[in-house]
Amino acid sequence: MTTHTLSTLPRHLLSAADLNRDNALLVLDTAEELARLADRPIKKLPTLRGRTVVNLFFEDSTRTRTSFEVAAKRLSADVINFSAKGSSVSKGESLKDTALTLEAMGADAVVCRHSASGAPHRLANWIRGSVVNAGDGTHEHPTQALLDAFTMRNRLGRVEGLNVAIVGDVLHSRVARSNVLLLSTLGAEVTVIAPPTLLPVGVEEWPCDVSYDLDAVLPKSDVVMMLRVQRERMYGGYFPTTREYSRRYGLDARRMATLPDDAIVMHPGPMNRGVEIAAEVADSVRSTIVEQVANGVSVRMAVLYLLLGGALLETAEQAA
Amino acid sequence: MSNAWVIKGARPMGGKATDLYVDNGELVDSEPSGAQVLDADGLVALPGLVDLHTHLREPGREDAETVDTGSLAAALGGFTAVHAMANTEPVADVAGVVEQVWRLGQESGHCDVRPVGAVTVGLKGEHLAELGAMADSAARVRVFSDDGKCVHDPVLMRRALEYVKAFDGVIAQHAQDPALTDGAQMNEGVQSARLGLAGWPAVAEEAVIARDCLLAGHVGSRVHFCHVSTAGSVEIVRWAKRKGWNVTAEVTPHHLLLTDAVVSTYDPVYKVNPPLRTSEDVHALREALADGTIDAVATDHAPHALEDKETEWSAAAFGMTGLETALSVVAAAMVETGLLDWEGVADRMSVRPARIGRLTGHGQPLVAGAPANVVLVDPAARWVVDPRQSASRSRNTPYAGRELPGRVVATFLRGRPTVLDGKPA
Repeated sequence: MTTHTLSTLPRHLLSAADLNRDNALLVLDTAEELARLADRPIKKLPTLRGRTVVNLFFEDSTRTRTSFEVAAKRLSADVINFSAKGSSVSKGESLKDTALTLEAMGADAVVCRHSASGAPHRLANWIRGSVVNAGDGTHEHPTQALLDAFTMRNRLGRVEGLNVAIVGDVLHSRVARSNVLLLSTLGAEVTVIAPPTLLPVGVEEWPCDVSYDLDAVLPKSDVVMMLRVQRERMYGGYFPTTREYSRRYGLDARRMATLPDDAIVMHPGPMNRGVEIAAEVADSVRSTIVEQVANGVSVRMAVLYLLLGGALLETAEQAA
Repeated sequence: MSNAWVIKGARPMGGKATDLYVDNGELVDSEPSGAQVLDADGLVALPGLVDLHTHLREPGREDAETVDTGSLAAALGGFTAVHAMANTEPVADVAGVVEQVWRLGQESGHCDVRPVGAVTVGLKGEHLAELGAMADSAARVRVFSDDGKCVHDPVLMRRALEYVKAFDGVIAQHAQDPALTDGAQMNEGVQSARLGLAGWPAVAEEAVIARDCLLAGHVGSRVHFCHVSTAGSVEIVRWAKRKGWNVTAEVTPHHLLLTDAVVSTYDPVYKVNPPLRTSEDVHALREALADGTIDAVATDHAPHALEDKETEWSAAAFGMTGLETALSVVAAAMVETGLLDWEGVADRMSVRPARIGRLTGHGQPLVAGAPANVVLVDPAARWVVDPRQSASRSRNTPYAGRELPGRVVATFLRGRPTVLDGKPA
């Protein structure tokens, strides 16, 4: 098994840019070790016993919250789910007061989902524990990028040198931002494809190529990542109609057929079947959408473990 | 205490050292009897600074600032006159409110507080406020602004520009197209793309400035632009001035020093309207202030209570304090870079803003017969900004911990010291 220095991760995971190549590979390798656990009848490790992980979710996201919860529980951490609804947050409590409350409760890690870009950065100023960004506004979602990279490596054997097409609402997508940063760090060639209205001014400075033409990019893509079209964009004047969007930027069976033989199709979920992705594409053998969910648990276990500095690799070996 | 002073060895406008004599509120040409002596060796003497753009928050948000605390902060920053913006609660859109603010300023006595009247009722951009009543009131309002909001309706703007000609007023426009900046959080560009914050395009400012230059030219009125922040705005103002139109503009100290790169911390102390822009914009603004395209430095001092800034970025209020740091920031951005000498600083921070605001008693040359509105600056001093030391009731300075050049040592308001030894007199 690969040996790594265990303390190389920064204290917080706020942006995919916080990870250099070595750090990112460390997370992926650790996740790979942990993924093997999932095949065993007893999936739980004692590594984070006595540590407290708080899931602080200001936005509804059952998938991401559950994924982090399963990850923390498999490492034997105590998990507290602190969701905005039904808590003091909905009564007007500030982010700072929430942070101080969690701090007083002794949270070792806070997994934060928030509708405001940068909210986890603010949180990191107010608490001593590690902060994991689980999606902040239209900024980033670094663990999603890690699980996507993990999925690519599983399916295609590598990330370096892969041609990755990220398609859709790049302007508002935290998944796109984190993936562009992480995948370029890992040596993939990324192209973002969108109607010009859904690309940010300044995208030309990103470490990726930019295209408006999906059909031109697909034949040389090893990975196609379709982004969800949010309902509010459909009515925000970014494109004339959902039908036209789907025709120009949706992945249907005809377009999928132009991909190279081994190419995979990814989606961070939840999907709009029939808008950005056709049902037969989502359900095809190229689709990794269900694997992505499973891999999300392994990658989040790796992140929590590495941030909280457990002694997992040894433990895993003893258990094996 | 005598009202007579000898300011010994000061350098007016940064020139040769000389003695300044003050008696009965005026500068005089010989030493008055019984004068107190202030050793001003090495200090630069400038006419008292004039701020065209200050938020004193009273009435309504006395937890963030009052006329008393804000005008004291102004005096400590070297100002002898400030214009208090109209976006209070209630809005300063009637004679009663502007007179209240004016009287509070008189009672405090730290500097002259000149209320700015709202252009439209409630800053709503729908109906003209009673501009004439505010002009005729004891506050003698000459500057009108919906600052914080743009007078966006072109017909309303035209009428306002025309109407204030009757009493030599000026409309100070906050140029911001509302539709192009709906939900905007920071300058639109490389940084906003990276940080995932909704972009505030330069064109939202420039398009309104271009329109209002054309309107002012068309109706022969004067127009003033608040806090211009982009290289494009500078180009448009330069063009309008070449046309001979009566257009003036101000720039804030923070737009002369800071860029949007600081937003990467997501610390809302850097959240401001208009937003911090790029280094190219900063460069263009400095050049424009140096060549006179931009007439004045105005602080846009915008105090906010702690809870309105200790939040996530998008929930935070826009604005920064600036009265106590303005002169030092200008020294850093303009004097140390060789773009302006002290005479130029006096012109942009006192002479021209006084002229735009029609303040006859301010911005005068330091010669016998002029009102003794004087600030003494130690150009060699350097100091580290400590928000806790601020006289402002708020702490939202973007310069906390930063070392700045130039320190205000004394301020005289009509011959009476408001600041001595860098402290309230």
